Amino acid sequence: MMSSNTASSSAGVAGSADSAAPRRNSKKPKYSRFTQQELPACKPILTPRWVISAFLLVSVVFIPIGVASLFASRDVVEIVDRYETECIPLDNRTDKVNYIQTPGDKSCNRTITVPKRMKQPIYVYYQLDNFYQNHRRYVKSRSDAQLRDNSSASETSACKPEDMINGKPIVPCGLIAWSLFNDTYSFSRNNSTLVVNKKDISWKSDREHKFGSNVYPTNFQSNETLIGGASLDPTKPLSEQEDLIVWMRTAALPTFRKLYGKIEVDLEADDVISVTLQNRYNTYSFNGKKKLVLSTTSWLGGKNDFLGIAYLTVGGLCFFLALVFTLVYLVKPR
Amino acid sequence: MKRYVYINDDESARDLYCDNRISNRKYTLLNFIPKNLGEQFSRFMNQYFLLIACLQLWPLITPVNPASTWGPLIFIFAVSATKEAWDDYNRYLSDKKANEKEVWVVMHGLRKLVQAQDIHVGNIIWLRENDEVPCDLALIGTSDPQGVCYIETAALDGETDLKTRVIPSACMGIDSELLHKIKGVIECPSPDKDIRRFDANLRLFPPFLDNDVCPLTIKNTILQSCYLRNTEWACGVAVYTGNETKLGMCRGVPEPKLTAMDAMIDKLTGAIFVFQIVVVIVLGIAGNVWKDTEANKQWYVKYPEEGPWFELLIIPLRFELLCSIMIPISIKVSLDLVKSLYAKFIDWDNGMIDQETGTPSHATNTAISEDLGQVEYILTDKTGTLTENKMIFRRCCINGVFYGNDSGDALKDVELHNAVSSGSPDVIHFLTIMAICNTVIPIKAKTGDIFYKAQSQDEDALVRAAAWLHMVFVNKNANILEIKFNASTIQYEVLETLEFTSDRKRMSVVVKDCQNGKILLLTKGADEAILPYACPGQQTRAFFEAVEQYSQLGLRTLCLAWRQLKEDEYEEWSLLFKEANSTLVDREWRIAEVCQRLEHDLDILGVTAIEDRLQDGVPETIETLRKAGINFWMLTGDKQNTAIQIALSCNFISPEPKGQLLLIDGKTEDEVRQSLERVLLTMRITTSEPKDVAFAVDGWALEIALKYYRKAFTELAILSRTAICCRVTPSQKAQLVELLKSCDYRTLAIGDGGNDVRMIQQADIGVGISGREGLQAARAADYSIGKFRFLKRLILVHGRYSYNRTAFLSQYSFYKSLLICFIQIFFSFISGVSGTSLFNSLSLMAYNVFYTSIPVLVSVLDKDLNEETVMQHPQILFYCQAGRFDFIMLSTLFFQILCIIFYNFFICGDVSLEIRLIVGQWSLNSQYQFLNRLLNPSTFAGWFGRSLFHAIVVFVISIHAYAYEKSEMEEVSMVALSGCIWLQAFVVTLETNSFTILQCIAIWGNLASFYFINWIFSALPSSGMYTIMFRLCRQPSYWTTVFLIVAAGMGPILALKYFRYTYRPSKINILQQAERLGGPILSLGSIEPQPRPILEKEVSPLSITQPKNRNPVYEPLLSDSPNTRRSFGSGAPFDFFQTQFRLSSSYSRNKDN
Repeated sequence: MMSSNTASSSAGVAGSADSAAPRRNSKKPKYSRFTQQELPACKPILTPRWVISAFLLVSVVFIPIGVASLFASRDVVEIVDRYETECIPLDNRTDKVNYIQTPGDKSCNRTITVPKRMKQPIYVYYQLDNFYQNHRRYVKSRSDAQLRDNSSASETSACKPEDMINGKPIVPCGLIAWSLFNDTYSFSRNNSTLVVNKKDISWKSDREHKFGSNVYPTNFQSNETLIGGASLDPTKPLSEQEDLIVWMRTAALPTFRKLYGKIEVDLEADDVISVTLQNRYNTYSFNGKKKLVLSTTSWLGGKNDFLGIAYLTVGGLCFFLALVFTLVYLVKPR
Repeated sequence: MKRYVYINDDESARDLYCDNRISNRKYTLLNFIPKNLGEQFSRFMNQYFLLIACLQLWPLITPVNPASTWGPLIFIFAVSATKEAWDDYNRYLSDKKANEKEVWVVMHGLRKLVQAQDIHVGNIIWLRENDEVPCDLALIGTSDPQGVCYIETAALDGETDLKTRVIPSACMGIDSELLHKIKGVIECPSPDKDIRRFDANLRLFPPFLDNDVCPLTIKNTILQSCYLRNTEWACGVAVYTGNETKLGMCRGVPEPKLTAMDAMIDKLTGAIFVFQIVVVIVLGIAGNVWKDTEANKQWYVKYPEEGPWFELLIIPLRFELLCSIMIPISIKVSLDLVKSLYAKFIDWDNGMIDQETGTPSHATNTAISEDLGQVEYILTDKTGTLTENKMIFRRCCINGVFYGNDSGDALKDVELHNAVSSGSPDVIHFLTIMAICNTVIPIKAKTGDIFYKAQSQDEDALVRAAAWLHMVFVNKNANILEIKFNASTIQYEVLETLEFTSDRKRMSVVVKDCQNGKILLLTKGADEAILPYACPGQQTRAFFEAVEQYSQLGLRTLCLAWRQLKEDEYEEWSLLFKEANSTLVDREWRIAEVCQRLEHDLDILGVTAIEDRLQDGVPETIETLRKAGINFWMLTGDKQNTAIQIALSCNFISPEPKGQLLLIDGKTEDEVRQSLERVLLTMRITTSEPKDVAFAVDGWALEIALKYYRKAFTELAILSRTAICCRVTPSQKAQLVELLKSCDYRTLAIGDGGNDVRMIQQADIGVGISGREGLQAARAADYSIGKFRFLKRLILVHGRYSYNRTAFLSQYSFYKSLLICFIQIFFSFISGVSGTSLFNSLSLMAYNVFYTSIPVLVSVLDKDLNEETVMQHPQILFYCQAGRFDFIMLSTLFFQILCIIFYNFFICGDVSLEIRLIVGQWSLNSQYQFLNRLLNPSTFAGWFGRSLFHAIVVFVISIHAYAYEKSEMEEVSMVALSGCIWLQAFVVTLETNSFTILQCIAIWGNLASFYFINWIFSALPSSGMYTIMFRLCRQPSYWTTVFLIVAAGMGPILALKYFRYTYRPSKINILQQAERLGGPILSLGSIEPQPRPILEKEVSPLSITQPKNRNPVYEPLLSDSPNTRRSFGSGAPFDFFQTQFRLSSSYSRNKDN
């Protein structure tokens, strides 16, 4: 029986016996460390010394970092004021959705006390809970091309159902823009207004490259019956609509904070700040919370103990493991 | 179907049969794309990915850009297609070379030089010395006046000796000029692939003398790809052309062999697919519930009141797409790549070059290297495989007188020389048979020396020995043989040659003494094929004793016999023989039958004994591989005693009292059954004893056992670690392989000759020894090696490394795909179960095909242990050998394990212990052997758990560290992705045993390139992740998060691994420590083959009721009288032949045993 592997060489190239032998010889491989699988190799094995020192090293590095980040997080002064229930008049609290959906003045006054001295800049955030900016229908409902350049205003295919109105494209289209957050806050301390700087609250790269300076809002929120969130000033180009730019950076988590503005004066401890806010945004239909957050910042960002605690835990565990392994090794080497 | 070839007819046959254009190509330019695509899509995995890719084109459900699947899919298809195209192009080039070769062809009565592809059936082709034959020809003329020519068939069957071919009798004496005008018709069968048969008839048209039908055999043909040698010219009629030649018909795509590893990977893929479907269904339901209860309140999502009819399907389909990456698309390509590298390593290995002939080892089949590491049974041929197949004439017994018994070399025995010089007629006849009863061709060199070209090494040894004893076979001129004895020259005319077949086990020649005109039948063959046919009254006892004595010494014996024929007896028989020779149907069987009529009443002259030395290193190799837990079976055509002797001398079986050999014999069903039961009982009893028990069976008993007692024999096969099967035919060899395979054992068959080809093709792995018997076995095999001893290196080094590497590579591929998929699933729980993808399309695409595949590809350089250590401690091969599973059990096990992981992982920590318990129990229950392998559901569950754990670490840390004001989608996604990539690098590092510079570059270079690539994309304003990576890299919190992920992810794994390594070490770990620290090796001796659960169950103490029946190793085989042995006597002599012939489709070569 012949096997098929002779097939390719069978017809023409098969040589005579005499020529076959040298031909096979010439196939003799050249010696190289790679072909012989003899490349010089380092072969570490898990010796107790190596493993214990690795764990010790990790704990030695992690515990200080943990402490440092915990301190950084503790240094951050953060004021959180949850207002979504408080800002509804007592009579309306049984039907909050109805209240928020009926037009009218929805202003609300809140007072907050500064617990500790806060150095400027103080970031003003609004925090939404149970708001799924990462929902698939929502997160895709935008048109980057349209935002970038006014010549592609009609590229709204991804924006359904907020793509067109009366056959004209909506700019900016899509659910994200349509549901733009529209509560507003104004701050005053001792009856003097605290200026909230709303410039440069968005990413510089977004202003310059993602939102065009020649793109103006058109047909936006023009459908009276279906107004979602805030409306935009049609005279300002999108690159200057920073609230929109911030909002359009969708959050990965259902609880998120978005920058509202910056207070560029220091706040002293026990300062009482009164906030006048317009409570317009509907989070009531899905029981979402609304919070106003004033926060300073550290090298690690805002107040977040997670990293510090996690580092301390991991470092501590590593130290513990190193200790256990050492003890076990001393008692029973193998 | 027959074909009629009209010789030299320029018109009629032209369109009937194809021309001589050879095409080995699989594709043409036009059909390449559809055909190749069709082939690729016949794989389930590819169909699956195509479906996924098509679903992704539907924007409503796709979570990511369709490019994330199309890209890798197209890439992978392009790689496979390019490889195919390149192979096909090379085939095209070699075809072209063969097709455009110029040959002399007679056209319209004139000789012309035309291209080989223009040859048509019926053309007359002229060949000169050393020309290659362009198509299958029926000879009609040669330069030799006797009509003989010599050809070399090395390219066809690998045999390097010269073969004679003769022109048919009808064409005898036709003048070479007339040959141009010859007309006639050849009636021949339709093309087939049997290169040893050509049963045709020739009839020449007037005016050419003979109007009779003249039979044609393979002797009258020269086949494509042979070379014409020692002949000035030859010419023949093209009978088969192009792809219809015998060689062309032999080509064909062999069944692709699937390794145990591939099967396991496929099963795991299947299990993951099931898991994926479950996840999709669960999440799909959860998603729809969420949508109905929650999403309507989330006004900003703006779900329409009334959805389309398929609305319920949308979310499950989205999850299906999201989870599709669970099955790694790149695994097939990665595996193909590393497998071809394994094969290259085998080709390159300097340690496996046969220094004598300079033959390197070669892996023909590049896809099954892992199987080498999982071999459980090796079935080996004896002659030429264990032995050198270098025959030396050692002893003989002529008419009851033993020669060479004292010195061990009959050629140096003075008594024999005396007997020769005294001219004793028996001795002369004996020597004559040695010299001329063969197919050897003597070639006179210019120096006057005579060389012999022999197909059979035994014949070569006999002719040489005869020459040494002054009976020199000098010349063979057509049918005239010339022998020089002392000073006189004797001539014989060969009348007929009754060829050797492995079923007849003898060959004869009918010669006419030219001096006195006596017609003699000279026969040589195996004892049982000769001695029963002794003429009545002759005492054969002495010969039986001689045969037995020699075979106990491990020598190969041949009996020589002769008979003088009467003229009329010969004439009568000759007609029958001619008729048998010209039959078209069952010719071989008919010939055997006719031969039988002549070969009887023989006058036995004596017995020759030929030594076949063991190859170097055979005992060591067998011992090492035996220690590695591999069971050996020896399948040989040789006699039982010879086989047992060889087996003893090469450590195959141990002598008493350490070993015990049980014989299964018997001539009838009952005897065989009793014998089988007795052996089986002994075998069951002794399994608990530390004793090597082996059984030996001969071909006849095997035939019965396989036919009637297959179940008992199968049990025996499972119980016995060693077996010797003697007197087996090629098809029985293949049946035995089949039997072991049906018990789900990984078998390796090794052999060197044409009679091993079927077994080699049948086995999971076929290894051919490119030895003296030509390359036939080596060509049919998956691996060809020069010497038996290289098998050790092939299995222990290459097989084991390949297995380890593939085990890591495949499980790692699943791990990384599962990791990213789990993160996506977790993310869906915080994104309203809506099927949002956390990662962007680009990252997903690059993750599977680029970021994670390069570091793991260099794991082909990983070596857990040095080659020397493996060779010294072959026991660790146990870690590779196969456990057995089937799919349903696997999936139930899979979910069992899954539950354990979910519930216990965080509570107990050491989940693998639990799993091992369950798996162990489960495997015991289901009677399945379970060895600690590197790729099995248990290890896979470990990787599964690891990916789940890592996914949790990555996900929890990144969403908590990047919470609140930092929870920007793109950023969180890149943090999570970086975490994955960093973990990958550390996982590969931890799992690598030896780091070469290439591995370091690949692992850390890959990490660097991850950042580099992402920086590039972060610099493109149009990309979604513009500036993201720059922003992240500037944030201290990014780096602290990544390092936290690494420490939290790797810490427990390192601790667990260290704990196991130090306190629950596997044997591999112990050897690693010993090897690298130079310490003593502790407790390695304790590695013993774990008794298989199946055995323990069946060996119930109650079954030991009968006393042990121990047969001695040396059971005299021929002590009983010859007529109780299987007989070819006149009773029903040909039933056996008939069944044999039907069974074997490949006819054995002219070779004893």
